[in-house]
Amino acid sequence: MTTILFSNARLIDPATGTDAPGDLLVRDDHIVDRGQGQGIPEDATVIDCGGHVLAPGLVDFNTTIGEPGARHRESFKSGGQAAAKGGVTTIVTQPDTDPPIDDPAVLEFVTRRAQEVCAVRVLPKATLTKGGEGREMTEYRFLLDAGAVAFSDGERAVADPVVFRRCLEYARSVDALVCHFPQEPHFSALGCATEGLFATLRGLPTVPVEAEAIMLTRDIRIAALTGARYHASCISTAESLAILRRARDSGLDVTCSIAVPHLAMNELDIADFRTFSKVSPPLRHEDDREAMEDGLRDGLIDAIVSAHRPWDEESKRLPFAQASAGGVGLETMLPVSLGLHHRAGLSLPALFERLSLAPARLAGLNAGSLAKGALADLVLFDLNAPWKIDRKALLSKSKNSPFHERLVQGKTLGTWVGGKRVFG
Amino acid sequence: MTQCLPFPHRHLLGIEELSPDDIRMILDRADDAVVLNRAARKKRDVLKGLTQINMFFESSTRTLASFELAGKRLGADVMNMAVSKSSVNKGETLIDTAMTLNAMHPDILVVRHDQSGAVNLLAQKVNCAVINAGDGRREHPTQALLDALTIRRRKGRLHRLNIAICGDILHSRVARSNIHLLNKMENRVRVIAPPTLCPAGIDRLGAEVFHDMRKGLEGCDVVMMLRLQQERMAGGFIPSHREYFHRYGLDEEKLSAAAEDVIVMHPGPMNRGVEIDSDLADDINRSVIQEQVEMGVAVRMAVLELLAEGMGVAA
Repeated sequence: MTTILFSNARLIDPATGTDAPGDLLVRDDHIVDRGQGQGIPEDATVIDCGGHVLAPGLVDFNTTIGEPGARHRESFKSGGQAAAKGGVTTIVTQPDTDPPIDDPAVLEFVTRRAQEVCAVRVLPKATLTKGGEGREMTEYRFLLDAGAVAFSDGERAVADPVVFRRCLEYARSVDALVCHFPQEPHFSALGCATEGLFATLRGLPTVPVEAEAIMLTRDIRIAALTGARYHASCISTAESLAILRRARDSGLDVTCSIAVPHLAMNELDIADFRTFSKVSPPLRHEDDREAMEDGLRDGLIDAIVSAHRPWDEESKRLPFAQASAGGVGLETMLPVSLGLHHRAGLSLPALFERLSLAPARLAGLNAGSLAKGALADLVLFDLNAPWKIDRKALLSKSKNSPFHERLVQGKTLGTWVGGKRVFG
Repeated sequence: MTQCLPFPHRHLLGIEELSPDDIRMILDRADDAVVLNRAARKKRDVLKGLTQINMFFESSTRTLASFELAGKRLGADVMNMAVSKSSVNKGETLIDTAMTLNAMHPDILVVRHDQSGAVNLLAQKVNCAVINAGDGRREHPTQALLDALTIRRRKGRLHRLNIAICGDILHSRVARSNIHLLNKMENRVRVIAPPTLCPAGIDRLGAEVFHDMRKGLEGCDVVMMLRLQQERMAGGFIPSHREYFHRYGLDEEKLSAAAEDVIVMHPGPMNRGVEIDSDLADDINRSVIQEQVEMGVAVRMAVLELLAEGMGVAA
């Protein structure tokens, strides 16, 4: 039995909205007590937090790891190290690997690999349809039994409403969470930038923001029709927030997430064809980005995700329209998100509700809070330490960070998963 | 020979980054080149000893010929590479191709590519001057410059003119470069196109948008027709060629709305009977299409010379 006392910490607990100085007692892999200045148990190892912030570790609900199929881009080992350094204690992995995770055997392989080499918790998603091709549903019951926490076709939307309806109907009967990428695929296939003046100037093929509104509207109608648990992945427009608000008001079990790039960047970051700023959905206008901040502030957006997409240099050193979309984000998720606290005044408990608590609930994980009995998944960080993101210094195998050379505040000092130190 | 300040750019990647003075400098220099080109002996040696590589990832006849001739008339060693047929088919990336060429120490690289921004990408990787000969739908700066030269010589000025750009604006790099240039020189620019071929936000770029061609042509001093880019047209942007010609093809009837001394331009190659009436295209009183080709060589000579002077290597 190991006991750790985190003393002299600034404790952030999103579950109770707490932001207060105090101590935290961890026994084995669980939190057992919280308080201020209580006696030190005899067998405890004391960690003096030096007044820094101790918060529940981040739960990233949208991480791509290259296993199986693209281990040269990111392995469970490298991804786990990156996550630990970024204060991320659980990654919920995307199923659009090669082969895709659409079968219990592949899922078991992934789980086993993850347990062997990954420093942080791994909870896998499985594909919503076989091969992620949008035609036939996968074996939801078997996949859930094998450990899948949600179903998703990655960044492919199920175009056929009949198929999508059947998936949701069946998912409801096994109480599965369906994550969908609400971008109308016929529109998305045409472009790589958001329609408007900037894209016209750059001569890039475009997608209108309506591509998101159209798909999200359809999805929510089908969610209402079937009563399934629906999660909209990586929303990015003000219009989406209005649609989601109506759905919530009518009592639907609908959640959504936003990726860090859409929170911290706009289309102008493409500048002169920076392919590292190419993400999916494409970066939006500034008013949409501002609306995302409002959506977080008023609680409409449930989770902030890294949308970690490792790509090798060759996939990015191409003309913009031909380059791969997405950026690595595990190590930059916390410091970039902290910008919302430093710059936009979002309280730390509110921020960690989006970074840790809400995604933990989505994944059915007893973490994301500092409550007694919760898993001792923790991050200790210096809230104000300034530093410059250097993509070459990332632990990810791929270095395609859209935040290269960005000045940020907030640096991880230590990360614990189930009471075990994995970073710092 | 006009003597002035050096040209302040290392590359010519687009009109967007040029100032009105830069544009005037190029056009003045091109006027000199026109004189030379009309003389019996056309060759100068300002680029003697310099290597110019024309790297065309997209097929082209007139632009390639024009750049080749321009380089040769100034004494450069010119090599043409039709890249689409060689390395790209073997899977080589754009950057590898560029690095390979770079190792051959060219002084000037003229590049055309079907992807917007590809020429900018390439310019970051090589250490010679790069001229954009058209990238995707973004920019085709020398086309806009030769159009400007043609207008200036015909109209005696390049400001306060009503200029209509008609046709497939969406896919057109020529339209984008021309809108930049003509706005910088303080003209009134209109674009005339069916809504399906009109890119979003083009009005905020300083162009008045018309979907009715007759209205758009009213009082115009210059009409620039664009080619309907049929090779980029998968997916039904227009109902048919005949309906397109009926509504947006330039003919006598529609042109009668324009100013009496209107000139008609076309960057070529033309689709006769699709965007322009055949007789009109050949009308030497109004059509300046042949003159555009002549000005093209002159403008490209001017650009080559100015960039070489900027590098300090012009003889």
